[in-house]
Amino acid sequence: MLKIKNLHASVEDKEILKGINLEINAGEVHAIMGPNGSGKSTLASVIAGKEEYEQTEGEIIFENEEISELEADERAHKGLFLSFQYPVEIPGVSVTNFMKTAINETRKAQGLEDMPAKDMLKKIREKSELLDMDRKFLSRSLNEGFSGGEKKRNEIFQMAMLEPKLSILDETDSGLDIDALKIVSNGVNKLRTKDNAVLVITHYQRLLDYIVPDYVHVLLNGKIVKSGGKELAYKLEEQGYDWIKEEMKAL
Amino acid sequence: MELKDKLISSFFAFEEQVDVNSEVHNIRSEAMKNFEVSGFPSRKDEDWKYTSLKSILKEDYSIFPKKEDAIEYKDVKKYFIHDIDAYTVVFIDGIYSSHLSQTTHDKIDACLMSSALTKDKYKPVIEKYFNKIAPKNSLNSLNTAFSREGAFINIPKNTVADKPIQILNFSTGNESALMLQPRNLVVVGENAHVQIIERHQSLTDNAVLTNAVTEIYADKRAMVDYYKIQNDHANASLIDNTYVEQQGESNCSVHTFSFGGKLTRNNLQFFQKGEHIDSTMKGVTIIEDKQHVDHNTLVHHIEPNCESHQDYKGIYDDKSVGVFNGKVLVEKEAQKTNAFQSNNNILVSDKATINSKPQLEIFADDVACSHGCTIGQLDEDAMFYLKSRGIPAKEARALLMYAFANNVLSSVKIPELQKRVNKLIANKLNVSLGFDL
Repeated sequence: MLKIKNLHASVEDKEILKGINLEINAGEVHAIMGPNGSGKSTLASVIAGKEEYEQTEGEIIFENEEISELEADERAHKGLFLSFQYPVEIPGVSVTNFMKTAINETRKAQGLEDMPAKDMLKKIREKSELLDMDRKFLSRSLNEGFSGGEKKRNEIFQMAMLEPKLSILDETDSGLDIDALKIVSNGVNKLRTKDNAVLVITHYQRLLDYIVPDYVHVLLNGKIVKSGGKELAYKLEEQGYDWIKEEMKAL
Repeated sequence: MELKDKLISSFFAFEEQVDVNSEVHNIRSEAMKNFEVSGFPSRKDEDWKYTSLKSILKEDYSIFPKKEDAIEYKDVKKYFIHDIDAYTVVFIDGIYSSHLSQTTHDKIDACLMSSALTKDKYKPVIEKYFNKIAPKNSLNSLNTAFSREGAFINIPKNTVADKPIQILNFSTGNESALMLQPRNLVVVGENAHVQIIERHQSLTDNAVLTNAVTEIYADKRAMVDYYKIQNDHANASLIDNTYVEQQGESNCSVHTFSFGGKLTRNNLQFFQKGEHIDSTMKGVTIIEDKQHVDHNTLVHHIEPNCESHQDYKGIYDDKSVGVFNGKVLVEKEAQKTNAFQSNNNILVSDKATINSKPQLEIFADDVACSHGCTIGQLDEDAMFYLKSRGIPAKEARALLMYAFANNVLSSVKIPELQKRVNKLIANKLNVSLGFDL
């Protein structure tokens, strides 16, 4: 589904990603772990198409198409979704109106008519129940005054509404208490099928107890330096990243 | 003939045909003399530095419409906030239209300036308030000289107006160019409440110049909410002069929604003549092409313990020009004043202009005054967030502008009006939004 080859990216001429290779297939859950400043969030943003990041080398192939030149909205239309670490507050636009606009713009890009209001309402109801969201929440301004947990739950609600092929969850566990973490993870798990995939980006292993990865990759200094199964996450949680750094020095 | 000369000669003809008591006649003559001396303001006046009337004064305006014209309700229905029960006072080319209006004298007066100026029973109110609040500058004087018609609203002590009052001024375009001088007087007694919606609307592309004066008097603990919708044709210009005098513990707000017209100048001034007064001015301006909107505001803090809030937002596209000149004057006696002012602008095109000039003159030492002004583009992080959800750049931009403008609406107290303005903003920005859950 996603093939990243030798990806290099810079922000303001500072190289952050220094040759990433990654392949994700339908039905899989991958986790990328790494210390602060290793380039995790940059990787998420570059895949999603943030303009401030300049892709200087390499390829991003999504569903057999090179998407490096596509705008963020065009990537979204193809089925990419990024759950933000820090969702942006947009006062004056309700969650519902935002979703309506996002879904209908995506449908327009796919040559479909607007979703009938009745279907939209039904879908909103279903998906908000999945995430145990209060109806009142939906008429509030997008992310404005939301708690950390509410923001993350709202991100996963959007994911549920948009039904992407690949979801990138950037530090979705940060700012969540254990109950919110369970609701959010449960939501993500229920949305999983054999046809979609999830890329979890996280600092801590905690989230991976709930969203269990098939593969874990370690990102250090802009490169994936180690890949393994979910046991790698436990080892990182126990021993930190120093042993990997030592291993790398030894090489 | 220059417009000024034409106005002066028309005045004498006008004075002969209106039958008024001598007091108002004296006020008019005095005002005409004043206008004769001062003439129209020019860019040499500090307050008119960024707005020139020159191009709109060139038209050969008719000072009085040649004939009365009736319009059908169905043709103008969309300009009414028709989903609310309201009193309406409607003028067509400056002349009262009884068939489109629903006036009242039951408990409150929502009726005509022409009757207020001529009928004996209103004489005490006219003597006390007419032309007492508006400063005697040239444009106000010009309006006063020709003041004959407009809305007269009188809410007695301890009375809450049972429904909002709409004032609509239509121009038909029967004249190739028409000048209008509506004059409104709003007197709100102690503990009385009223909500007013005002709109100027031309029905064709013919040139119209409206020089309107509204005087609002709010007695102790009165509450007045005044909403102005300015969304006119490309050849319609409006100089709106609104003056609010407030007594102790009163609460007045004026919201101005400027979405179109050739040139719009809003002179809005609040005079706080008691303690614990709250004054609010809010505005949303969204314009394009070569449109020009100028907000010139003043809050005069005269007594202690009062508040004022100003929040103006503007979105300027193409070659449009915006001006915000907001003055807060805090007198020495006005201790414990809280005065806030903010003016935020987005320039959509690099040919659009905004001139923002906050002026704070503070003579008291124990006050909290703040002002902020921003001119900018849209937040890049927010743009990326929306785009990552599949919303293309153009729509994302429109949605963010909508959000930027829309949050001024939260203080609009009439839900139907809030909805209407919301829709106007969404249409203006080409954003399709809004289904209620």
